[in-house]
Amino acid sequence: MFFYMQILDIAGLQNEDGSFSGDIWGKVDTRFSYIVICCLSILKCLDKINVKKAVDYIVSCKNLDGGFGCTPGAESHAGQIFCCVGALAITGNLHHVDKDLLGWWLCERQDYESGGLNGRSEKLPDVCYSLWVLSSLIMIDRVHWIEKAKLVKFILDCQDMDNGGISDRPNYAVDIFHTYFGVAGLSLLEYPGVKTIDPAYALPVHVTNRILFTK
Amino acid sequence: MHGRPRKASNPEEEAASAAKAVKLRSLQSQFMKNHHDKIYTEEAIELSMKLLEINPEAYTAWNYRKLAVEDSLSRIESDPNLVNSILDEELRVVESALRQNFKSYGAWHHRKWVLSKGHSSIENELKLLDKFQRLDSRNFHAWNYRRFVVELTNRSEQDELHYTDDMINNNFSNYSAWHNRSVLLSSLLAQNADGFMPNERIPDEYDLVHSAIFTDPDDQSGWFYHLWLLDQTLNVETPLLTSSWPSHGSTINLSGAGCLNGSSSKFTTFCSESGSFPLILYFDQAVGGVSSSTVTIDSELKGNEDLVWEPISYKNSQVSCVWVTHLKYVSSDPCEYKVKIRVGNSPGIVSSRGHNFRAPYEFVFTAHVHDTVKDSQEGIVSWTDGFDIWDAKSMDLNSLITLDQLQAEIDFKWRQEAIDSEVECFGILSDSKIGNLTLARLLMAREAMLSDDAVKGVRYEEILQLYNDLMALDSSHYQYYKDEHSVAFLHKVTSSSESLSRHLFRYRGMNNLVCLRLNNLSLSRIASVEKLLFVQMLDLSHNELRSTEGLEAMQLLSCLNLSHNKIRSFSALDSLRHVKQLKVLDVSDNHIGKHSVDTTRYLCSSPLSNSEWSQDDVGRQNPGLVTKYWDAYFVLRDLKLKQLDIAGNEISGNEFSSFVLQVVPKLVWLDGQKLGN
Repeated sequence: MFFYMQILDIAGLQNEDGSFSGDIWGKVDTRFSYIVICCLSILKCLDKINVKKAVDYIVSCKNLDGGFGCTPGAESHAGQIFCCVGALAITGNLHHVDKDLLGWWLCERQDYESGGLNGRSEKLPDVCYSLWVLSSLIMIDRVHWIEKAKLVKFILDCQDMDNGGISDRPNYAVDIFHTYFGVAGLSLLEYPGVKTIDPAYALPVHVTNRILFTK
Repeated sequence: MHGRPRKASNPEEEAASAAKAVKLRSLQSQFMKNHHDKIYTEEAIELSMKLLEINPEAYTAWNYRKLAVEDSLSRIESDPNLVNSILDEELRVVESALRQNFKSYGAWHHRKWVLSKGHSSIENELKLLDKFQRLDSRNFHAWNYRRFVVELTNRSEQDELHYTDDMINNNFSNYSAWHNRSVLLSSLLAQNADGFMPNERIPDEYDLVHSAIFTDPDDQSGWFYHLWLLDQTLNVETPLLTSSWPSHGSTINLSGAGCLNGSSSKFTTFCSESGSFPLILYFDQAVGGVSSSTVTIDSELKGNEDLVWEPISYKNSQVSCVWVTHLKYVSSDPCEYKVKIRVGNSPGIVSSRGHNFRAPYEFVFTAHVHDTVKDSQEGIVSWTDGFDIWDAKSMDLNSLITLDQLQAEIDFKWRQEAIDSEVECFGILSDSKIGNLTLARLLMAREAMLSDDAVKGVRYEEILQLYNDLMALDSSHYQYYKDEHSVAFLHKVTSSSESLSRHLFRYRGMNNLVCLRLNNLSLSRIASVEKLLFVQMLDLSHNELRSTEGLEAMQLLSCLNLSHNKIRSFSALDSLRHVKQLKVLDVSDNHIGKHSVDTTRYLCSSPLSNSEWSQDDVGRQNPGLVTKYWDAYFVLRDLKLKQLDIAGNEISGNEFSSFVLQVVPKLVWLDGQKLGN
């Protein structure tokens, strides 16, 4: 893996303003910032990019509601928030996050009726936000602001009890994507029998610890 | 993947689905062959279009089309008509793909790519956007594209603001429009553009957002906009000094490691082995540039030129609300010294938002250096015995909690009027969650702006009641309201000398240390620390605290009791690494080790957040234990604790205790037992 990392010009995909393009066609999105930072951190070669500029770009995507969008000025969205908060967490820059402001925005994603989380105001709850919103809340130590038991119930309600798997909403079609996010959400909610995952990497904690604590 | 109802598929549906898959696979493999072989014939290009019509998210197909376009353009020698027809075709393909899926990332990006070649008119694009906004006014792809077009064509922010007016008037439940409005307005306000003075504009915006909140209090669209308006009303751009230690007009006693000969002193006594005492500056917002040139010290205490100032903050940050330096004194040189501090002596102190600390602010205190007489005591510190009641008469607390803010330059009138007007409005929404919450926030804001001591503190009971009501009304967010309640409670406690002195004591056992008792108060959150910088002993036991966030500013703190709280890990105590005076720490009977999920993992400076760390002997000899107890290792090794209590946690046990002894070799007392040599 390290060998191929030399060939792949990650640094070449970083733009002047610290953002990352997904490929040569230049589309910029903070999701790419997260992907680069997450991968390079695991491979222990974050020095291949300009971390300070990458952080500055992410901070420029911070909105007045405390959330983050895909580009500067873009509306806050739970998926983008996960990417930005995750990238800031991995690089030790969470002091740029207004934890109380963002924490309130995130905790208001919880639907009173179903207990599920949505990705933006006035949208429907969806199991995948059990990872995006939940991880973000955990990383900024505000997860106690949602009602965890209700969220567990929502995820379990999204199971297909006949054929297995988890769907985006109760009684909708299951898929691998939502099954993964549902299980990951249960892990972050300390559901018994599920291994603990790290909120920034969504990898098991024993794996991230092993990688990052080995000097 | 999203929004498909779950149902058992019948044979006809399965057959149709299989046939579609076969067709798609065939198209895909033909397409990929064309792409790999770089075939850009008309048929090949048309094939890619067929693929995109079925699946607009076939990302490679969009990239192929870009390559095909560039290939075509290179052949036609810039005949404008031909160029236009080629690019028009791309726009048509995008539009058709968007009809299939108006949220296709690939389609929108392709259109941006075409436009970047200087093609299409702003009119066309705005018309297209109108179409999509009508289909879904929350489509963030469309909003992002709109911002792209606006920037490309230099459309004015005022025009775009009018557009948000239209969208909001059409349907206030449009968070995307409110968001866009906030971006445009904050830019116009920052520029001081014509017609965009905060004192006129912000009150107008309050009126506008009322339409959203009052029509349907359960709709969140206006909530966050209103909160932003409140922030604009309350927060002054210019950084101010909130408090300091020592504070203006105070007298402090300084001595060497041995401390004074027991007499009950009127003032704060500071004992130091290193012969220096902290000078703390607490600003109302994060600032950078505090240094020996921007902050001057005028005193006869020798050896204090070119002091080094440090921000009390996370490792990577050069800005902080709290800055500290250490002034040296010689205890064998007993005398009284006046110390004059001038903050902002020269320009350079700048907030993280780029605003300068303007008027230089001066304060003066007296340092009374004493000769050391007694040997230092190594007795165990008790949290129950040896305390004297604070003599409110002998001690002028006001000198300790003076908050002498220079507010002359701040335009307060419109701010207070706006808050008062909002308080009146929101009184009406008293049975809705957002009504109660907003009212509580408004009352807190009003308290923060009051300077008349006589009136301060009066509304806190009302604020606390509002949060209690909210805990019942919106139980899903109970803990949020609980935290806000704790903050309001602490503001109330510290709002006057009289209420604060009810919680103050003196600890005889360590030469009359100033002790603040805030135990058994159901506190879930720490606040008002800027008013508590003088505290040396703090009892926060029997509360519901989850972390020590906020305590990092308490540079005088030498004893801290956190027993019987809800601390889940040592990473939650990371802020204590800044409290260099800390000698006594009690974290017994908490939840350390009980939970598998660590919510402060990334708020702690460690290798997990890619912080540099230097390997020491403990790390070299016990890599396994360091990984297992990583947060205890990183937090404890930075402290010089003499007394530690960790019993009553799941992590407690022989293995952990012996690890702690390795990490803190100078520990004298562990769990109440004196350690042998």
